[in-house]
Amino acid sequence: MKGLFRTTKAACLAFVTLGATLGLTPAKAESTLRVAMTAGDIPDVTGQPDQGFEGYRFVGYTLYDSLILWDLSKSDKEASLMPGLATKWYIDPANSKRWIFELRDNVAFHDGCKFDAETVVWNVKRLTDEKVSYFNPKQYAAMRTRTVNIDHAEVVDPLKVAILTKEPDSLFYIQMSFWMMISKCQFEKAGSYEAYAKMPSGTGPYKFDKMVPRERLELVQNTKYWNPARVPKHERLVLLPMPEATTRAAALLSGQVDFIEAPSPDTIPRLKSSGMTVITLPYPHNWHYQFNFVEGPFKDLKVRQAANYAMNRDEMVEMLGGLAQPGYATVPPSSPYFGKPVTYKYDMAKATALLKEAKCYPCEVTLAISTSGSGQMQPLPMNELVKAQMEAVGFKVKLEVMDWNALLDVTFKGREKFPNYHAVNVSRATQDPFSGIFRFAMKKQNAPAGGNWGHYYSAEIEKLIVDIYNEFDEVKRDAMIIRVHEVMNADAAMLFVTHDLNPRALSPKLKGFVQAQSWFQDLTPITVGTTN
Amino acid sequence: MWHYIARRILYAIPIGIGVTVFCFALVFLAPGNPVQMLLPADASQETIDLIMKTYGFDKPLPLQYLTWLERAIVGDLGMSIQTNRPVLDEVLKALSNTIFLSAGAVMLAFTIAFIFGTTAAYYRGSLIDRGVTALSIIGVSVPSYWLGIVLVIIFAVDLNWLPATGMGPKGSETFNIFSWDHFKYIIMPVITMSMVPVGIITRTTRSAVAEVLGNDFVNTLRAKGLSEFAVIRHAIKNAMPQILAVMGLQFGYLMGGSILVETIFNWPGSGFLLSKAILTRDIPVLQGAILILALCFVFTNLVVDLVQTSVDPRIKRA
Repeated sequence: MKGLFRTTKAACLAFVTLGATLGLTPAKAESTLRVAMTAGDIPDVTGQPDQGFEGYRFVGYTLYDSLILWDLSKSDKEASLMPGLATKWYIDPANSKRWIFELRDNVAFHDGCKFDAETVVWNVKRLTDEKVSYFNPKQYAAMRTRTVNIDHAEVVDPLKVAILTKEPDSLFYIQMSFWMMISKCQFEKAGSYEAYAKMPSGTGPYKFDKMVPRERLELVQNTKYWNPARVPKHERLVLLPMPEATTRAAALLSGQVDFIEAPSPDTIPRLKSSGMTVITLPYPHNWHYQFNFVEGPFKDLKVRQAANYAMNRDEMVEMLGGLAQPGYATVPPSSPYFGKPVTYKYDMAKATALLKEAKCYPCEVTLAISTSGSGQMQPLPMNELVKAQMEAVGFKVKLEVMDWNALLDVTFKGREKFPNYHAVNVSRATQDPFSGIFRFAMKKQNAPAGGNWGHYYSAEIEKLIVDIYNEFDEVKRDAMIIRVHEVMNADAAMLFVTHDLNPRALSPKLKGFVQAQSWFQDLTPITVGTTN
Repeated sequence: MWHYIARRILYAIPIGIGVTVFCFALVFLAPGNPVQMLLPADASQETIDLIMKTYGFDKPLPLQYLTWLERAIVGDLGMSIQTNRPVLDEVLKALSNTIFLSAGAVMLAFTIAFIFGTTAAYYRGSLIDRGVTALSIIGVSVPSYWLGIVLVIIFAVDLNWLPATGMGPKGSETFNIFSWDHFKYIIMPVITMSMVPVGIITRTTRSAVAEVLGNDFVNTLRAKGLSEFAVIRHAIKNAMPQILAVMGLQFGYLMGGSILVETIFNWPGSGFLLSKAILTRDIPVLQGAILILALCFVFTNLVVDLVQTSVDPRIKRA
């Protein structure tokens, strides 16, 4: 009996020892962050992402870096610029069309190639020079608004590059924050963008691992990232396209993903009651209508003001479940360019009086709207509410509903091709002064040449913008940008309605995420716990 | 028989061309243009023109179509405008993903509908018949997006028994129908997708079998002393061509995928691919997908016709 006991004990000990030796103790699981995007496909991984700014958020600034990055580490103020692959940038004191960028030393692409001035020039050419073999027409088209003023780029020394503009442009450097630097030698190894898409290489905090088209993109942490503070705190990032909001919410609630973009307002109570963290924060977004300044009633300032006074923005916010903030101007109040604009607070009596003064009562207008679209929030119920509010003060509103692509066509071609539309509802990012403010106000940007759909014109703004582009003192320049913003409000240049609050929902097992007041977000500080 | 098959295959050519001409025209008649989704919302006309030229959309429509057709004949369906990936790969991959759903939905629907329809026909006029009729009406009437969401809320969110979305834990590339970890992803989409065919086929089976059971020869069979089981067997055999025709059509429809079901369950199938292509005006993908789906439909009908012939020799295929 004693012998049997000893044998059993020895066998058990041997088993435990063997088990420990073979590693039968549970291995540490790889920490994976799974994100459900609103996109219907994986954004382009070959440099400039498609799928709007969501593509930049999840593929652009993860795989790649730009010369200048956005500081996404704070929630309390709108994201500002910070050094990226360039440590310093300034206008050449001897030439107001020559921007100098001093580059970061000892930065390598994921494939091991060195980042230097020659790579920057190559990257500029690939989106501006149709003659080079590595020119990318699709990305060229997408970036054209930002690159139109570039003349050429030149190497000053291995760590210094100069980019020359056609006209003086004090805001040019901001455009370089949207320019992803891809690896020249990896592209040459691949031979084409199709092949490069299977092996993309940037300098970003994540490295490409694998992609199943239309289904998932898997990135892994870049442990050698040049900024140790931004080495991801999880080992793997899985990005899943999930265009349907209900599906995203269900995937989060059932534990299939950890992080979802844009939950719909009606799912928020359920997400909250299930312990999910729902985050909302202002960011540079404008849900508005651009007026037709040539045809129809909105030519008259009083009619435009009446429309703005008719807006009960609090009611709109309430309808959106609190996932928006009232919009009184082109940029939200948290923007450095907000200033002190005239605001059109809800005043039905004033709105009606203005319409009567303008001799447009009832005032018949047609608004072009979409059923869905990038940044359009909940366009159908929102437009119905706008219609109801306008009609309550004396407008007679006809909504011309079309799909997103058709509305973009209307937007591209401008009021000349669509004189019957008196306003269009296309929401916009207001991340930088040009794309957020100027392009809706400059004569040079009159559609079809640019974003000024209804051909708004202000002599004061025209002069201010010329001065802004020639003013390299940031304080003086920003004061003039604020003035442009204020003039637009005084002219009631748009029907201001709301600014989105950028909702997203996170599993309680995620820690460390700081939501920035930006279209872009930094996922690197997120840690993934094991329990809910 | 071989002549018949060859003729049917030849018929597929004008059908394929007709379908693609029609779709090509429809896409271009719709407002918007195919490169808009590639461009910023304030792209200039100069940029739009350049990109239209790059993708060949500046040429006259008939020429664009003929260029596409010329390439399609040799199996080159071009590249997606949106993703720059080969259209043929995209469509075949999506179709292979949809086949899991369609085949599952077809098998489930055919089995349920066949049993329910035959039982209702045999007990026609009874409570069972009325119950089955009610069920089939519900099957046809319940919106698939509603049913899908309800199933997700109950079985994925509340009970956590089944996954809410996706095609397997690591996507379609590793999907293995014989593994429970993967198979559980297909259960809810298949049930959701099978509801409409269940309703339609049940109704057809019921009326076809009931009609045959009312014929004089059925009384003769009974008078000759055949068991009820044997009588039903004869009735089913006679009703089969009609049932098979409806089953074939339903299979064809399901092959096209379901935009709603695939969107709700994030299933990367042909319905999902088509809906994205429509919204982004990705013409090469639209054309390629529609051509291949039309050919699948023609092929399915050919198979059904041949099966009908073998089941009922009275149907001659000269």
